[in-house]
Amino acid sequence: MAVEQRISGVNPMGGLLYPDWQHAEHSTGTSIMACEFNGGVVIGADSRSTTGAYVANRVADKLTKVTDYIYCCRSGSSADTQAISDIVNYHLAFHRMELGTEPRVETAANVFRELCYNYRDSLMAGILVAGWDQYKGGQVYSVPLGGMCVRQPISIGGSGSSYIYGYVDANYKPGMDKEQCVELVKNSLALAMSRDGSSGGVIRIGVITENGIERSVVMGDKLPKFYEG
Amino acid sequence: MSSILVPDIPAPGFSFDLCQRNSLLEKKGYPAPKAQKTGTTIVAIVYKDGVILGADTRATEGNIVADKLCSKIHYLADNMYCCGAGTAADTEATTNMISSQLELHRLNTNRVVPVVTAAKMLSQMLFRYQGHIGAALIVGGVDNAGPHVYCIYPHGSCDSLQYTTMGSGSLAAMSVFESQWRPNMSEEEGKELVADAIRAGVFNDLGSGSSVDLCVIRKGSVDYLRPYEMSCKKGEKQGTYRYKRGTTAVLQKSVRPIIIEDEMIQRVDHESMDTSS
Repeated sequence: MAVEQRISGVNPMGGLLYPDWQHAEHSTGTSIMACEFNGGVVIGADSRSTTGAYVANRVADKLTKVTDYIYCCRSGSSADTQAISDIVNYHLAFHRMELGTEPRVETAANVFRELCYNYRDSLMAGILVAGWDQYKGGQVYSVPLGGMCVRQPISIGGSGSSYIYGYVDANYKPGMDKEQCVELVKNSLALAMSRDGSSGGVIRIGVITENGIERSVVMGDKLPKFYEG
Repeated sequence: MSSILVPDIPAPGFSFDLCQRNSLLEKKGYPAPKAQKTGTTIVAIVYKDGVILGADTRATEGNIVADKLCSKIHYLADNMYCCGAGTAADTEATTNMISSQLELHRLNTNRVVPVVTAAKMLSQMLFRYQGHIGAALIVGGVDNAGPHVYCIYPHGSCDSLQYTTMGSGSLAAMSVFESQWRPNMSEEEGKELVADAIRAGVFNDLGSGSSVDLCVIRKGSVDYLRPYEMSCKKGEKQGTYRYKRGTTAVLQKSVRPIIIEDEMIQRVDHESMDTSS
């Protein structure tokens, strides 16, 4: 007992034998982003998933499918956000069968909002809902911690987002095309990942248009480089 | 109202009645009783023809080794097994419950149950209990889509990975995987890599120890190797340290017989329990 306390300097139950995952929740300290363009949306996320100070998964996929044309970017507790997106996935699959067509992105965002608002005291989830539908084209909805739902032409989220608000504000121009959006998402996420300790790994990108999703990965050694002083 | 003829049927599933008792005890200054936890190293990898699961065999209760040869690779179905870390009772109960549901599912569908089904059932159950069930699990198995490894945390999050580690020895084991794992390993290479990862936990983590268990799952067959290796053999004494008979000289010898002064028999009556107030 005494030896353990000397080594770890803290309670031996919490410090040495049992690491963070016993008390700390597995969470996605994250950088996520979504951006509308004419005809679709670009979504992006880093790939780091942490438990306390330990990287539990360095190749996590935070771009989660809800329907073929609607995806969400997850931030917060990964248990909570995975459970929410599973439930929304179920509701929309059912809704799609009743409807006979693809659900609206707005509908998906409101199902997310309903869950996040009703269970706001027990959930830790900040979600960006993005997708394409035939009525309004590419759309981005932000559903932050308290369970609000708001449409934004460009949105960022997760712990890493606070480092890049200025960059995104300075570089976003209404009416950007697909390639410009992808470039902005890549650069913004690379900047967030380099400043935020709980973001990192690779950048996962998704482009959703009327033809479905086109996914790509920017490997860790191919990230855009900026000043690193 | 319960009687012998109409007994109360105990509620199925987990009971959290003792949590209330423990918090009351803690409030009054008594430490709550501790559960047996498996400070553990558990790992799993995907290799060419399937998956390999590995575990150490030490179970601890605080700083005491409660079991030197416990089994941490649990059966889920014929094509999948599950390594458990965390509270021993919880991992055991959780895997048993899901195993039974999987068998019913297999009989209902008459198909090999996909590994993702087990992973989803486990993560949905753990999420429902909001982390109170202290089970950190690695599910590995082979189904019609190929080999799969899933990593499930007590709060109910779930990752699909090619190689993963869990428990207090996860950091030591992960360092082995990160430096040596590659895609499409042969079975022999895979077994040695998994054993190396467990050994890293056994020798560098105080919560893990004793021996290495392996479980190799291929399409249609399973090798459950327990123990695969006894890593911590107890050292044998090289000499004997007992004094020879007669080392101590006898200086004096006297024998005194026991003298019985009085004999008395006391009968213990069966008393009925005091049920007043």
